[in-house]
Amino acid sequence: MNTQPYLDDAAVGTELPALVKEPTTRQLVMYAGASGDFYEIHYDKDFAAEQGLPGVILHGALKSAYLGQLVTGWVGAEGRLLSLSVRYREMDVPGDVLTCRGTVVERDEAAGSVRCDIWIENGAGVRTTTGEAVVALPSR
Amino acid sequence: MSILTPAMQAAVGVDGEPRTTIVERGAIERFAAAIGDDNPAYPDVAPPTFLRSVGLAIPALPDSEAVPRVLDGGSEWTYGEPVRPGDAITFVTQMETLIEREGRMGSMLIATYVTRYTNQRGELAATQRNTLIRMPAA
Repeated sequence: MNTQPYLDDAAVGTELPALVKEPTTRQLVMYAGASGDFYEIHYDKDFAAEQGLPGVILHGALKSAYLGQLVTGWVGAEGRLLSLSVRYREMDVPGDVLTCRGTVVERDEAAGSVRCDIWIENGAGVRTTTGEAVVALPSR
Repeated sequence: MSILTPAMQAAVGVDGEPRTTIVERGAIERFAAAIGDDNPAYPDVAPPTFLRSVGLAIPALPDSEAVPRVLDGGSEWTYGEPVRPGDAITFVTQMETLIEREGRMGSMLIATYVTRYTNQRGELAATQRNTLIRMPAA
């Protein structure tokens, strides 16, 4: 965990600590079980190929979970996630190295909150997943 | 020829059956392990997207056999009360919009579903707006 950020610390342009994820097919099976999403494109290579996919692909919702972890890990015990919006622009596959990043784009002093752009970059540097989060941060 | 049928259009704006699930501590632990998040707040509180796991209350789409391929386009969550072990979460989903679009992979339907999750005290825990893309067989 990081040290607790305060509203003062989160000026526009502040970068969230990056979160690196290296998903495996095993993790997709774990996520299928934990989430109840058993769509075969996430663990059955033959089924995925029949659907015209390059192989099994990550659940979009797993990528949302990664970005949720990015933000909740940053805001710490005294911060609070108010909203999380994620768009899946490109598919991601197990075996790739995914880096979750975010940056503060707006600070609302009166509301005690900041809005962040958040995204996932794949190993080739492509932003496969984009979104935004609004978080409340404590004041000193 | 349009792949969006009148029966599909008629399903827009109609609530599905509400469902209720008790949130188990072990389910939060398994979810946190599956996403690889070791935040010490878990499992006393649930991760932000945990409610994906309480089940689906998406009403069946009429004529959906013509569009068997489904891709998840994304989700927008807004949060109210935290979700904790023992909570009884009631959730109800409706299709909010349904449009047809020509994409890079051919004709597709883009549906947005809104799910409201409330706890046993009647407090709103979260709202999820989920976009699903449906396509004819490959």
